[in-house]
Amino acid sequence: MALALGGYFSSNSNVFTSSLITVQSWFSSRFVALQDFLTSPRDIASLRQRNSELEADVSELQAQVIQLQQEVRETQILAELLDFSRANTENAYRAAAVIGRDPSPFLQYVIINRGSNDGIQRGMPVVTNQGLVGRVDAVIADAARVQLITDPASNVNVHLQNAEVDASLVGSVTGDVTLDLIPQDVPLEEGDLVLTSGLGGGYPPDLIIGQVVNPRKRDFDLFQQATVQPVVDFNRLQIVLVIVNFKPVDFSPLIPLP
Amino acid sequence: MRNLIAIPVILLAVILQSSIVSNIAVLKGFADLPLVMLAAWALQDEVETAWHWAVAMGVLVGFVSGLSWFAPLMSYLLVVALAQLLQRRVWQAPLLAMFSITFLGTLGLSVFTLVELRFMVISLPVADVFGLLTLPGILLNMLLAIPVYAVMRDLARWVYPTLEVE
Repeated sequence: MALALGGYFSSNSNVFTSSLITVQSWFSSRFVALQDFLTSPRDIASLRQRNSELEADVSELQAQVIQLQQEVRETQILAELLDFSRANTENAYRAAAVIGRDPSPFLQYVIINRGSNDGIQRGMPVVTNQGLVGRVDAVIADAARVQLITDPASNVNVHLQNAEVDASLVGSVTGDVTLDLIPQDVPLEEGDLVLTSGLGGGYPPDLIIGQVVNPRKRDFDLFQQATVQPVVDFNRLQIVLVIVNFKPVDFSPLIPLP
Repeated sequence: MRNLIAIPVILLAVILQSSIVSNIAVLKGFADLPLVMLAAWALQDEVETAWHWAVAMGVLVGFVSGLSWFAPLMSYLLVVALAQLLQRRVWQAPLLAMFSITFLGTLGLSVFTLVELRFMVISLPVADVFGLLTLPGILLNMLLAIPVYAVMRDLARWVYPTLEVE
C-alpha cells in the first residue's frame, strides 16, 4: 500500500485502470444503447398520445373560435337591429331568428323561431334594419312561416319616391322582384327608391324595399315595368324583426262573392 | 314497434330539408331529401311500410311548406308506386332503379307543384321552372341518391334483420 501510494506502481496501475475504464466504457455504451432501444418506443407512444391530446385541444379551440365568431356576428346584427328599432319608435318589434326555408324551391318562404306564444300573428310585416322582408303567412305556438316579397305569390303595393307614383311589386320563381302597373306617362329612372305605400292595409307605409334598376317601357304595353334591386339580401337572412303592433286590414268580407 | 322508426326518420328528413338542404342551391333549385329517402326506403325488399311513409312525409312537408299537402303527397305516392313497380323488374340493379325513381319522382313533384300553383292562380313560366328548378333539383337528387340509398339500406337491415344467405 505504502509503495502504491508512493507512486512506485504507477505505470502498472495506469495500465490496469485504463483497461478497466475501456471495459466499463464498452459496457456503459452498450447499456445506454440497450436502454434507448427499450425506452424509446414508450416515449414515442407517450408523445403520440400527447400529440393526439393537443390536436384534440386545438380542434376544440378552433370550434370555440368559430362559435365565438358566429356569436360576434349575431351580436353585430342584433346591435344594428336594435339601432333600427330605436330609430323607428312608432313600431313595436319582436326579433326572431331564421331557422329554415321552405322545403319546396318553388316558393320563397322562411321559418322563424317565434310564434303565437310571442305575440306573432298572421299578416304581421317582417323587416330587417335594411328594409322589408315579407309578412307572416302562418303561425304555430313557437314558430311562424314568413312569405318573402320575392315569392311568386307575393304582391306588395309600393310607392316610387322620386316618380311620386304608386305601383305593384310582384315576386317571381327566380327570386327577382318586378314593379308593375306603372302608368306609361310616368318618368321612371334607375335608382328611384321603392317604398311600401300602405295601400290595401297589408303593410305599413314607407318601409324601404329597394331601388329601380331596369325600367322597361314598351309602346304596346299598357303599363311600364321595372326590375327592383332589393336592399335585403334574402339569401343571408339570419335575424329579422316582426312588427307586432301592426294589424293588417282584412278586406275579404267586402269582396262580393260570385 | 319497429314501424315507429318512421317518426324520427321522417322528422329528421324534413328538418334537414328545411334547415340545410334548401340552403344548398344550384341556380334556384335544390335537392329533395325526403323524396330521395323515401325512394331508397321503398326499394328495400324487407320494407312494407313505404306507403305509410309517403303519406306521413307528404302531410309533414305540406305542413311545413307554403304549398298544401297535395303536391308533396301525390309525388311521394308516385315515388312509392314507381319503386314497387321497378323493384320487381330491375331487382338486380337497385341503384339503376334508385336513379330512375329519383329522376321520375323529381319530375312528378315539379308537375304536381305546377298544377297546384296553377289552381292557386299563380302562373309560373314553365321554361324557367324546368331550367332553374327542376333540372338542378334532378342533378342534386341524383348526387344524393347513392349515399342516401346506402344509409337507408343499412337502416332497413337494422329495422328488419333477416338471416343472411351465403
